[in-house]
Order: sequence, then C-alpha cells, then structure tokens
Amino acid sequence: MSAASSGSLAVVDYRAGNLTSVVKALRFLGAAPEVTSDPDVVARASKVVLPGVGHFAATQFLRERGLTEAIWSSTKRGTPFLGICVGLQWMFEGSTEAHDVAGAGILKGKCERFATIRKVPHVGWNSLSIRPNSRLMEGVDEGAYAYFTHSYRAELQTDTVAVTEYGGLFTAAIEADNIMGVQFHPEKSGKAGLTILKNFLKL
Amino acid sequence: MLTKRIIACLDVKDGRVVKGIQFVDLIDAGDPAALAVAHAEGGADEIVLLDITATHEQRGTLMDTVKRTSRGLFIPFTVGGGIRTLDDASAVFDAGADKISVNSAAVACPELIDQIGRCFGAQAVIVAIDGRRGRETPDPVKDAEVFTAGGRKPTGLRVIEWAREAESRGAGEILLTSMDADGTRNGFDCELTASVSQAVAIPVIASGGAGNAAHFAEVFGDGKADAALAASIFHFGVSDARELKKELATLGIPVRLPC
Repeated sequence: MSAASSGSLAVVDYRAGNLTSVVKALRFLGAAPEVTSDPDVVARASKVVLPGVGHFAATQFLRERGLTEAIWSSTKRGTPFLGICVGLQWMFEGSTEAHDVAGAGILKGKCERFATIRKVPHVGWNSLSIRPNSRLMEGVDEGAYAYFTHSYRAELQTDTVAVTEYGGLFTAAIEADNIMGVQFHPEKSGKAGLTILKNFLKL
Repeated sequence: MLTKRIIACLDVKDGRVVKGIQFVDLIDAGDPAALAVAHAEGGADEIVLLDITATHEQRGTLMDTVKRTSRGLFIPFTVGGGIRTLDDASAVFDAGADKISVNSAAVACPELIDQIGRCFGAQAVIVAIDGRRGRETPDPVKDAEVFTAGGRKPTGLRVIEWAREAESRGAGEILLTSMDADGTRNGFDCELTASVSQAVAIPVIASGGAGNAAHFAEVFGDGKADAALAASIFHFGVSDARELKKELATLGIPVRLPC
C-alpha cells in the first residue's frame, strides 16, 4: 500500500513543470510525499502541496480532473494546504496570465503581471518582511531571503504573512488558517525555505 | 530588495570537477556533489554545473552526477553542456536540475528554446551566449558576434540580436560570457554586458574576466548585470562567496547576507 492512508502528504502533479525539487526537499525533511493526479488520493491526504512552475493555464488540468474540487473540500475540512508559486496564484480567482482559466477562488482577487518595473520575470533572492503570528513563517528571521522566479503576483491581502518589494509590494506568503501559499520557492530558498516547509509538515 | 546573485560554476568532465572553484580543505576537491554543497554553505546563491565532456557516451555519468549533486542542494541548480533535444533536457530535470542552460544547440535549432520553455516553463531555460567584440567595426559592442562550439565557431549572429531572439522564444535568463575578457582576470566586459542587459527584459548573468570583488561591483553597476558567475576568483585570494558578498556589501551592492 502506498501512502494514501492516514498521515499522507499529497503533492499534486498537474503536468506542469518539474516536481523533483519539491519532492526532494520534503523527503529531506523526513516526509513521504506521494506525487499524484488522482482526486481521491488528494481528498484522503492529511496534507496537500500544490507546487507550480510554468504557466497559469496549466492549472486548467486541476479543474478538468476534479482536483480543484478535491482540494476545495479537503481545505474546508481543515486539511493543511500549501500552494507554491503558481500554486499560490491558483488559490485566487484567476490571473491575467490566462484570462479564460479560473483559479480556485479560495482567496479573493486576481494575480497580475508586474507592471511598474522593467525586468520581468522577477528572478533571484529577495527579502521577506514577515507579519507576526504566522505558523508558516515561524522561526524565519525578519528580512530573510527567499528565491523567487515569477512574472505575476498577488497584491497584499488581509491574510498576507510575508511581504516582498519588487516594483511595489506584493504577497510573498499568505496564510488563512489551514490554507497557505508562498510565491517564492521554499525548496530552493536554503535554510529559510526548509524552515517554512518544516513548519507546514508540523501542522 | 532584490539582490545581485553570485553563482558558483563547476566545470565537470567524466563526473569530476576539472575547473572552477575548488576548496583546498576538501578531502576530495574533484567531487561535484561535495563542491556544490560546500559552495551553497559558503554563501553562493546558485550552482551551475557545466558538463564539458558532453559526449553521448558520457550522458549516463552526467545524470548520475546531477542526481548526486542535487540531492543535498536547496538553492537553484542549473545544468548545461550537451543538451541538444527536449529529451536531453527532460532527463536532466528528472535528475534534479531546476534550470538547464543551452548554447550551441540553441543556435543550431532555436526552436529548442520554445520547446523546453513550453514543457518546463521559461524560468527553467537559460540561453548561454559566448560573445566576442566585433573586429574592424566602428561599434565593436553592437557588432559583437556569437560563437559556438566552446568559442571555436563564429556564427555571424550579433550577440544583442541573438539575446533578443532568445528572449522572444521564451528564455528565462541570458548567461553572457565575454570571450575577450574570459581568463584575463582584468574584469568583466561591462559595456557588452550592459548592452545586452538593456536590450532584453530578462535577467542577464555576466561571465568572464573576474579577478577581484571590485570587478563584480563594476559589472553589477556599469554592466547592469543581474547576476555574475564566479569561477576562478576563488583561486585568487577570495575564499568563498560569503567573503565576496561582504566586500560587495561595503561597496553598496545589494547581496544576500547573511547567507
């Protein structure tokens, strides 16, 4: 039997980009992630990670396969969820990267392209300004650096727990109870990133 | 604030580091996995592994090297050398690379950039350009020419135009090596780097010519580079990326510190 039983960690594969790094980091921290495109496995998992590199349009796969619904209902039951990069953007109502593809709508608003700065994508290590009382960001120093690579971003929200500046402020991390997302790549952000993933695994 | 990146580069042949940065205190200075982790701990912002064997027979060795190297690495990891097809790229990603770098193969078949970008995202594709200033021209920077095959083969392409095409095909970054500056330790070609950085909206990584910390400050300032490849500088008095970044910070360059 594979890890779809209790205590399981599902890493959602929606055929976009490369999941190797995320899986490797989770394994390094002692977790046993199951990479899956099966909504039943996602629905039964006790934690769900939605990684993401690539184009917002790829998230269409989630709706087509019933994964959007599986994630929605599991988060409603209180299952911890972590969206990474495009995975965070997908939690919103949509992105101007793909107007005809709806996001999950778990969070209000749309992600938009960086408009006021010449170099896009935003690539590299940028600092995090951390808001207090975040379970996800616990133990991460104010001003710690994280690795970003993206062209679209979410504006600041009530639930934003980390803020980054690039041609204006945007949401680097968000946390609404059990629903969490990071715009940067914790699996590529050195010690700070591993701390964040460990915090999520502890939930 | 977005910081300027210091990227450690390892040249690998038959699974061993043959050039690039080597720490004297490592027992096995030629093992790419050990060196990559040492550089990450030494404050490097990214690791690039260039396979200079790049023969078909050695691909298995490379995959094994990439797998071993990526295992303990939690910063961005780029692999280049001998990636000629989408399948080559897929295998390298599967082995644990976050980005791939293409050079000669992209010049021979520019569609390769589109293909890899579509499958793995633009952020995963670095187009490496070896450029040499134009000869017998009033504007040697504008007329700088792209060379392939490790700098042996002139292509007739202008560096700036090729960089623009790479961007339009979906490259996520440009790795620009100045053939004139490479190996001199007299500093980067800041003019060439700036001309490319201003011509495209994607990040430009400068390479070739570093001899001291001031050279990095110059290429991040005048050269408008977003990142720079550090290789031989670590042989000449600077022990690791952290030390280099501390010097850069005193020169007013935003860098990731502590790291």
